[in-house]
Amino acid sequence: MRHSTRIAVGPVQFRIGSDWAAPIAALDQLYANYPQDDARPADATVRLFAARPWRRWLRPSVHIGGDFVVPDALPLPLSMGLLAAEMAMNLQVALGWRRHMLLHASAVAKNGRALLMSGESGSGKSTLAALLGEGDWRLMGDEFTLIDPASGDALAFPRAVSLKNEAIAEVAARVDPARLGPLLGGTPKGDIRHLIPRPEAIAAMHEPARPALLLFPRFGGQTAVERMGEGEAFVRLTEASTNYVAMGEAGFAALTRLVRETPAFGISYADSAAGMALVEQLWDEALR
Amino acid sequence: MPDRAYRAASPGALRVEPLGELTAIFDRRSMQTHLVVSPMPEILGLMDDVPCNAAALTARLAAAFDLDGEGDTCTIIAERLGELAAMGLVERA
Repeated sequence: MRHSTRIAVGPVQFRIGSDWAAPIAALDQLYANYPQDDARPADATVRLFAARPWRRWLRPSVHIGGDFVVPDALPLPLSMGLLAAEMAMNLQVALGWRRHMLLHASAVAKNGRALLMSGESGSGKSTLAALLGEGDWRLMGDEFTLIDPASGDALAFPRAVSLKNEAIAEVAARVDPARLGPLLGGTPKGDIRHLIPRPEAIAAMHEPARPALLLFPRFGGQTAVERMGEGEAFVRLTEASTNYVAMGEAGFAALTRLVRETPAFGISYADSAAGMALVEQLWDEALR
Repeated sequence: MPDRAYRAASPGALRVEPLGELTAIFDRRSMQTHLVVSPMPEILGLMDDVPCNAAALTARLAAAFDLDGEGDTCTIIAERLGELAAMGLVERA
């Protein structure tokens, strides 16, 4: 590949190659303050390539490749190269990671304990994590959380936060513009803008945190809290894990332990302020 | 319907973890996770490598859980045994 970079996010070392300079330059800007260890072998390889050589110049479109591929992934226009890179990085981790159980969940931590939020796209888990991370919480990740099968601890995966649609303005109003990437308009996921996590969150990305609270947020509707049983939390987390089956008994053991040791709630909230207030209240009760 | 006999999976084949009202069972042979509710865990807990049919199992359940064992209990247990066999958690003897 003509252009390449290496990025370490939590325990995952990525090697990213591209036929074009722009996506790599954008990544280098977002990940400039992440720790660099060029001597470490890459865990995951991501390739952004032109389907045909001439496509690099004429109507350039980005194909995603790497150790794992999704055959029907559509190429994206070059203007969305950063989104293609993000999707490719997610894909390699979701399909290839075996050392930890991977949960499709955001996470924040306080005093060495972690709050995990799992939900579908649109549940607000990423926005809540991003907003809490601007307060007195450490952002561990907006998309993936890793669970160490041996210790039961949560490990951070603090990639650049992918803000979508309404969340962009909400977060942009509170942060230094230098921490925001370019606005990617009209992507298949709507408008996207990346947020660089606070330096403390990046510096602490190798510090594990014991899960203390598990939330399943749902954006919209009146404020509501519902205690969730161990069995339902287990079922939901098997669905939220991309590598539960591949992990075998280690995944089974990690998940049963997680739901037994961690109180779980389904929450509904009408706006971010209500959601954050609910989180703080449940956190205080969980640690009381 | 004949009252078929079944035996438990070999020792160590299943990892059974109660999670509130659900019980999660990991089958080490197939690497599959099964989620079951009562009376499945109770049935599994009362079986061993000696073949056992629904009538015998109903008697064991009645003794262990203070059931009267009358009516269609035996039919229901036979159905549950068939379902456990379909999941591979018990074997036809």
